[in-house]
Amino acid sequence: MELTRLKKKLTTATRGHKLLKDKRDELMRQFLEKVRENKSLREHVEKGIEAANKNFLLARAGMQDQVLNTAMLAPKQRVSVEAGMENVMSVEIPTFDFKTRTPDQNDIFSYGFAFTSSDLDGAVKSLADVFPDMLKLAEIEKSCQLMAVEIEKTRRRVNALEHVMIPELQANIKYISMKLDENERSTQIRLMKVKDMVLKDAHNYETF
Amino acid sequence: MYKIAVLGDRDSIYGFAALGLEVFPVPSGEEGARTLRRLSEQDYAVVYVTEALAAEMPAELERCRESLMPAVIPIPGVHGNTGMGIDMVKRSVEQAVGSDIIFNGN
Repeated sequence: MELTRLKKKLTTATRGHKLLKDKRDELMRQFLEKVRENKSLREHVEKGIEAANKNFLLARAGMQDQVLNTAMLAPKQRVSVEAGMENVMSVEIPTFDFKTRTPDQNDIFSYGFAFTSSDLDGAVKSLADVFPDMLKLAEIEKSCQLMAVEIEKTRRRVNALEHVMIPELQANIKYISMKLDENERSTQIRLMKVKDMVLKDAHNYETF
Repeated sequence: MYKIAVLGDRDSIYGFAALGLEVFPVPSGEEGARTLRRLSEQDYAVVYVTEALAAEMPAELERCRESLMPAVIPIPGVHGNTGMGIDMVKRSVEQAVGSDIIFNGN
């Protein structure tokens, strides 16, 4: 009974192991693709933001602090994000899609141009240009983090199955079948012996 | 419908206000951690954090790492690029693969 149970368990374990291994390999492939993209995108975005920051620094240098504060006080534009879900090998990864409140590109300038320096316009524009990439970066970077967690989990499971569960089951199966074989042999010998004794008793018949 | 927040020192982030993102100027890491925790319980899909601030609150970042929302993304501030953003990507690779095979240690 226990033997058949264990055998069933072993087939399930090996099948599970194979499946998990496939999942891990596929996840890894997609992860590496994503991570490469993540790396180049991040380099691009960081460069963009740095350039924008430089522009802002220049803009601030040429303007009074209060004027700048007033200019930025009431933003005209508003961004909201539509978040979707994508399933990659049972890992839920987010997809972001952003919407601006007004379709007008120029609504990023929330101030009259009379009292602000033109550097500020350039700065805001340069930041607006990197923004779509920033959002894409957020999406990809989050996916990478989630996938990394999932890969780690899957790898642990694969290893647990491969190095602990399957060998243990095999050892148990071997032990039980050995024991059963041994039992069978001893029963057979006992039967032969009994037969000999019975023959001897009945007919005074000796076998050698 | 989700929103986007930007966290950091005022000088680094005020430009994002013009784009229509919500900016939260915070002076210190503690304050930042509190704000981030509050934001993560609301409808924010993405939170951009300046690298300088992110370095001061690793515990909060770690907490947000495994949850689906919000995505916390470090960005360089006015004080320059500290390389922390790339480090986070490296960490993901190390976690998944076991060793850093994309960046080759540089």
